[in-house]
Amino acid sequence: RMFATYPQTKTYFPHFDLAHGSAQVKAHGKKVAGALVEAANHIDDIAGALSKLSDLHAQKLRVDPVNFKLLGQCFLVVVAIHHPSVLTPEVHASLDKFLCAVGTVLTAKYR
Amino acid sequence: MTLTQAEKAAVVTIWAKVATQADAIGAESLERLFTTYPQTKTYFPHFDLSQGSAQLRGHGSKVMNAIGEAVKNIGDIRGALAKLSELHAYILRVDPVNFKLLSHCILCSVAARYPSDFTPEVHAAWDKFLSSVSSVLTEKYR
Repeated sequence: RMFATYPQTKTYFPHFDLAHGSAQVKAHGKKVAGALVEAANHIDDIAGALSKLSDLHAQKLRVDPVNFKLLGQCFLVVVAIHHPSVLTPEVHASLDKFLCAVGTVLTAKYR
Repeated sequence: MTLTQAEKAAVVTIWAKVATQADAIGAESLERLFTTYPQTKTYFPHFDLSQGSAQLRGHGSKVMNAIGEAVKNIGDIRGALAKLSELHAYILRVDPVNFKLLSHCILCSVAARYPSDFTPEVHAAWDKFLSSVSSVLTEKYR
């Protein structure tokens, strides 16, 4: 969804096959989801749990911070589609706040 | 995002100079903000926003005083600006994007007045510092 809606995000994946159903996109999505699960399992210390990922994004990946919001939004949309009754306004707000916190941690060491 | 010792030093050093013209810089920064980003005027329907207006100068002073407080307590900006943080969260509710815009205008005003002091390193330190201030002012929104 992110690559379709915000094509500029493809700039970070010149080495990927971004076609629908691509194995690389599936695998990468799994990585991202895994990191979110880690963060959720250590929800009181997201910075600690994602410390290595934070370093990786700061020193190597250098994804522009604005893109974390975009991916977060796409993630929320997918959750809404798959679990419509779960995503009440309160849950939506909490999940959004959580995704923002994750984005903040991943960009905290940029400078 | 934490400020390094060098960055804190850069902020404090420039502030010593900025403080001497704080009111003028504050008013000018707001003027830049309202001119370049007219949508920001939405938060000041009750103000006379013409150049040199007393309200602009008064508000500019308030903003610069708060920044001065943050500089003085640069090791604990959150503590120093706790009340302002609540004010913005519960009453003012300025959209967070506008803090970036005002910070940018402040940087422009400072750079214009102290061109030789505003080296790339000082610029980076000040941008990071103003980002920290902005974060503190928006962190109680939700």
